[in-house]
Amino acid sequence: MDMSFSPEDIAFREEVRTFIADNYPRDVINGRSRGDMSRDDILAWHKILAKKGWVAPHWPTEIGGTDWTISQRYIWNEECARAETTPLLPFGLSMVGPVIYTYGNEEQKKRFLPGIYNGTEWWCQGYSEPGAGSDLASLKTKAVREGDHYIVNGQKTWTTLAQFADWIFCLCRTDPDAKIQEGISFLLIDMKSPGIEVRPIITMDGAHEVNEVYLDNVKVPVENRIGEENKGWTYAKFLLGNERSGIAGVARSKKAIERLRKIAASELVDGKPLISDDEFVRKISEVEIDLSALEVTELRTLAAESRGQGPGPESSILKVKGTEIQQRITELTMEAVGHYAFVYAPHGEAEGGNSFVPGPEYAKGASQNYFNMRKTSIYGGSNEIQHNIIAKMVLGL
Amino acid sequence: MDFSFSEEQTLLRNTVQSFLQDKYDFDTRSKIAKSADGWSREIWTQFAELGLLAAPFAEELGGLGGGAIETMIVMEEFGRNLVIEPFVETVVLAGGFLQEAGTDAQKEAHIPGLIGGETVWTFAYAEPQGRYNLADLVTTAKKDGDGYVINGYKCVVLGAPWADKLIVSARTSGGQRDADGVSLFIVDKNAAGVSTRDYPTVDGRRASEVTLENVKVGADAVIGEIGKALPLIEKITDRAIASLSAEAIGGMKMLNDATVEYCKTRKQFGVPIGKFQVLQHRMVDMFMAYEQSVSMTYMVTLKLDEDDSERCKAASGAKVQIGKAGRYVGQQAVQLHGGMGMTDELNVGHYFKRLTMIDTQFGNVDHHLSRYSNAA
Repeated sequence: MDMSFSPEDIAFREEVRTFIADNYPRDVINGRSRGDMSRDDILAWHKILAKKGWVAPHWPTEIGGTDWTISQRYIWNEECARAETTPLLPFGLSMVGPVIYTYGNEEQKKRFLPGIYNGTEWWCQGYSEPGAGSDLASLKTKAVREGDHYIVNGQKTWTTLAQFADWIFCLCRTDPDAKIQEGISFLLIDMKSPGIEVRPIITMDGAHEVNEVYLDNVKVPVENRIGEENKGWTYAKFLLGNERSGIAGVARSKKAIERLRKIAASELVDGKPLISDDEFVRKISEVEIDLSALEVTELRTLAAESRGQGPGPESSILKVKGTEIQQRITELTMEAVGHYAFVYAPHGEAEGGNSFVPGPEYAKGASQNYFNMRKTSIYGGSNEIQHNIIAKMVLGL
Repeated sequence: MDFSFSEEQTLLRNTVQSFLQDKYDFDTRSKIAKSADGWSREIWTQFAELGLLAAPFAEELGGLGGGAIETMIVMEEFGRNLVIEPFVETVVLAGGFLQEAGTDAQKEAHIPGLIGGETVWTFAYAEPQGRYNLADLVTTAKKDGDGYVINGYKCVVLGAPWADKLIVSARTSGGQRDADGVSLFIVDKNAAGVSTRDYPTVDGRRASEVTLENVKVGADAVIGEIGKALPLIEKITDRAIASLSAEAIGGMKMLNDATVEYCKTRKQFGVPIGKFQVLQHRMVDMFMAYEQSVSMTYMVTLKLDEDDSERCKAASGAKVQIGKAGRYVGQQAVQLHGGMGMTDELNVGHYFKRLTMIDTQFGNVDHHLSRYSNAA
């Protein structure tokens, strides 16, 4: 057992810190959150990392992975969080990318992996449907084979950033008579195909992040099917396992706690900084302790993974605890800013981004972030579903 | 011991309910919130015509002679319908100050316009450094002949964009956080030296940052005794807390009903999700949180005229209860509605946001736990 960093690790930290400092396009991003940025701005950092060869550390080395040790991956995440870089979009790099290089054929790998790696093609996730959320396997979007095409009809929902997407990976029912998990296929669909319509869903914080995607007689070449027909559920589950392991967000939460402490040092209660208020500082400590535990739990999971034990059902812990911690930090941040929690900060220029937003800069959007983060215990398999997974798969109940 | 409502009180509730059903459904409310003004003067005028703005005032002032219970009834219904219009600011706060401590001349000059819906008021008390401490004031009022000159900055003044008149708290003597030396002034929003910057709030309302620069007011602008206003402010804000509690239970009830209904109809894994025991227990906890909040709302409403320490404990106790319950009910209502709960389109998120902001208004759970502890 050893939790310390080697001299090589320390040198690596120095290297990546310098790289981020020298290359992160801070002037382009300008402190904006993803919801307020254009497509090109969101991809700016991705493209810089692709050029450097660091955009997909977890991929196999022959297609662009970095072969970093667990410590190095940990350090990388921590340095990105420390510098508050725009998080990379997971849909290509962490979701469909691994599905393609694990289950795709050679043509598919050649066709799609470079676009994902270089950030020239934007992917979105066609999983949830209005009637299929937690019970994803009950999805109804139909793909009917006609010669060398499928004709796809149905509706996907909660599709994150579909408004920018070039491609959607889509779970479709190809055998309506099979048991529900056995008649599903995994299709890659060009968003420019006739018959696709994207309609925005505005969330309660005022952001346009998610969408409905309607598919009306969309023609999809059979060659865009991953793996075998009707075996899509296997690939879908593989993807969800990967989604869960990236979801803990430990490094970002650490940074958020650091930010919260600074806010609490600036806010006053009876003339004294909020951070010197026993009640409040204990609440910060409590979430920080939770986070320390999660950090080590994640490292233990990564260590197991590096020994070839793929992300098992216990990775559900990372999702549940990680999201609870993120939610708690945004809640405490909203609490810390006091009266200015009331202020609505418009999103982007479309909503009058330059209008008057009073209060200190750190208070901007504090309660909107809190409202927005309620989604984290719902998406990626709701936290209730994660409890079911642990109960069934780990505890054998 | 009797927790029933009188015939007149039931009639009042029915009046408010049927008016809001007809004129203030969720779509209408959303349109009002998104309109340029952000509120409806027409609705406000109709509130006046229905006598809602007159309900808690004594009959000799042109009111209907009601009291805290009538206000509670109105606010509970407003909470169910997410009413934006500044009832708490105008009727409970400004009306409360005037009725409680106004001179006869002030009452005569201001209450008829307030009851009639012609004049809209708000209470400008919060300052950035003061957080929830009502006495922590940098804003000053200095004697100037017969009157006063006010200088300072008030933040997040809810309803100020719609207001004609402000009641401003300012320090006339003592140190920044002294209990002594706090005074209240009536300030015309269009008086020389008053400037406002308006903005929307996350719960669909509007607020202003208010700068007061050498604002001159006469002696007739002073409410209550100079330098002795803090106990009065505490008393009237406790009434506002009782009103917010009533608003909160209205909102919680809507969320609980909507959540139970949704869980009965939303099917996953072949059954309504309400069949899952883990969700059933969650909804039972939401129900109990609501019932406990109703109890605290009744208690604070009935204790508003008790002595300071009793009243203060009741108000802070209620604020803690609705803060915690509102958080739990709001979060779980969103969670159980799944993605739909996150949308702007469904009303669930709007109730959640309002309940969250009610916790911030006049001090959150932490603040009122301390205040309760100090009063106990």
